[in-house]
Amino acid sequence: MQMNGAQMVCEALIAEGVKTVFGYPGGAIMNVYDEIYKQDGFEHILNRHEQASVHAADGYARATGKVGVAMVTSGPGFTNAVTGLATAYMDSIPMVVISGQVPLSLIGTDGFQEIDAVGISRPCTKHNYLVSSIEDLPRILKEAFHIAASGRPGPVLVDIPKDITAEFGDFIYPSEVHIPTYKPNYKGNDRQIKKASEAIKKAKKPLLYLGGGVVLSDASDFVKELANLCQIPAVETLMARGVMGAKNPLLLGMLGMHGNYASNMAMSETDLVISLGARFDDRVTGKLSEFAKYADIIHVDIDPANISKLVDVDYPIVGDITTVLKKLLVYLEDVDTTRYQAWREVLTRYDNLHPQSFKDSDEVLMPQWVIERVGELLGEDAIITSDVGQHQMWAAQHYPFDRPRQWINSGGLGTMGFGFPAAIGAKRGCPEKTVINITGDGSILMNMQELVTASEYKIPVINIILNNHYLGMVRQWQTFFYDKRYSETDLSYQPNYKALAESCGGIGYDVTTKEEFDKALKDAIDQDKVCFMNVTVSRLENVLPMVPSGGALYNMLLDHKE
Amino acid sequence: MQKVRRVISAIVMNESSVLARVSGLFAGRGYNIDSLTVAPVPGSEMSHITIVTNGNQKVIEQITKQLNKLIPTLKVIEHEEMVEKEMVLVKFPIDAPLSDIQALCDAYNGGIVNVGVDMVIAMVADEPVRIMHFIEATQRYKPIEVVRGGVVAIER
Repeated sequence: MQMNGAQMVCEALIAEGVKTVFGYPGGAIMNVYDEIYKQDGFEHILNRHEQASVHAADGYARATGKVGVAMVTSGPGFTNAVTGLATAYMDSIPMVVISGQVPLSLIGTDGFQEIDAVGISRPCTKHNYLVSSIEDLPRILKEAFHIAASGRPGPVLVDIPKDITAEFGDFIYPSEVHIPTYKPNYKGNDRQIKKASEAIKKAKKPLLYLGGGVVLSDASDFVKELANLCQIPAVETLMARGVMGAKNPLLLGMLGMHGNYASNMAMSETDLVISLGARFDDRVTGKLSEFAKYADIIHVDIDPANISKLVDVDYPIVGDITTVLKKLLVYLEDVDTTRYQAWREVLTRYDNLHPQSFKDSDEVLMPQWVIERVGELLGEDAIITSDVGQHQMWAAQHYPFDRPRQWINSGGLGTMGFGFPAAIGAKRGCPEKTVINITGDGSILMNMQELVTASEYKIPVINIILNNHYLGMVRQWQTFFYDKRYSETDLSYQPNYKALAESCGGIGYDVTTKEEFDKALKDAIDQDKVCFMNVTVSRLENVLPMVPSGGALYNMLLDHKE
Repeated sequence: MQKVRRVISAIVMNESSVLARVSGLFAGRGYNIDSLTVAPVPGSEMSHITIVTNGNQKVIEQITKQLNKLIPTLKVIEHEEMVEKEMVLVKFPIDAPLSDIQALCDAYNGGIVNVGVDMVIAMVADEPVRIMHFIEATQRYKPIEVVRGGVVAIER
């Protein structure tokens, strides 16, 4: 069928089952927006900043498991989208971003709003395309969705010059892709899987080390089955919160820089690490030479480049976690679970010795209390997004996550301003869920323009601002490591959050007590409107435990005396 | 870990941005490039990129894995038993002793390939170490310009 490039884009999105596109129009992408206007196959959400569009598509993808789609114009539209691409890239989120580009004839001439989008985005996309002919467009769009969602997922950019969106051509959307150079391995080597099972049977202190790959592979049921069958304790990375379920007795908690005592000690003393979709990030390992020092390592990952990148692996298995675990479970049917009994008891003792806790106060709201309270009231019904900083760590430590895809945060890149637009995307993808963005007074201002978006489209996201009038995490480092020189972290000068939200069509709450918080949260859920809940919390509370950067995982600061 | 020199071949789709992807990968991840050559593979849609790099074994392993991970990469060969050649062009002033230069070229399986009014150009294709030796040997004849071609390699 003959149609122009802009129509092809819309038809391809519809063929891919896209229901929601987040974006912002501009000169070079106008032809596509003209076709968006004429079609009714998908809705378009107009964010108020391209970065927010990409984060919203990202949040949508994380909450639903589908490919998120964002659309931006050339030049500044694209450069605003780069942070969103990099955020998704670091956390392996399937996403397709379509950007307009100046016409082919103007490329390379420093034309108005021209920037080398494929050049800039090369290191922060899984793959990218500059479409140079209308004949290539249907194939490229098909490949983009395939590459984004398959193997180790990631964002794909399709940069389309304006004249190509206007040009007519034959539209035959391919039913399958044929990329001879791209064939991700899902299966996992059977012999290696067998060897890994034997290592598990021989171990005395095995430990499951779960990463975001478990969520991406939708493998959490199999992971739980493995833990349960073998009675092996598990630790989760920041990206894997929710995989085991908060109430699971085999879950020790989160490990790493702000991991709990039992998790970090377990990793330090284990004799066999079973790493599933985790990538040994520096925030997890601490000092590498001390990390899992006494352990052999089984590493299951779909990306071979992750294996033995930082830590030498004894049993490398390249494959999809779900596929690999199905086989591994068969080999482990006769496992003797009593073998690990003593190990589990040691870890229980560690957990009792230093449980994840905090000291509550009657005078001031503690940020940890707020998070635990949200957990008590909403539990597994809510999707929790977060920004980056202290509030993010407290949420990861204290919220009782019960299922994967319940916890959405920027783990790899650590992008402040991610939480609110991601919450908008998550709510659009899962409208039946209550979506709460746990944020700080630093982060929320980095995409606060989304109040307008959320109001316009009636996307009732609840932003709980844990307000300590500090750029809290940096302030914490300054307290610990910079002799309390609070350079540029005092945020005492603040907007009126209530008025700010109201001016954009939302609701605001000022909260200073537990009673006010309960009342405000109940009201916010009933109101069904976007809100800013300005919760004044203890100013100088620190995130603990903490492994100082570069230190060994077992050397945790457990409390800090002022 | 000890640094080693490695010759790596990557067979990649012959498309406009592929070289930028490869060189960008090296620059972005801090890997070294000693030399890089690229040319189409005859009768296919592929290009053959030969990269000479150095690093410890862990770095070399990451380089091959990261190269493999690029979508347009078909395969990556970390050469072990190979035939490795490099070409060099050297321009001398015309008043240099031509018979000496001819003799030098003969010793390195090369020859004089062009002579102009005021210059003479010699070419040698040989193993990279021998190319180094040849360039050293030419120094006494005061070459005006030396252009090395980069290494190409083929596994035996």
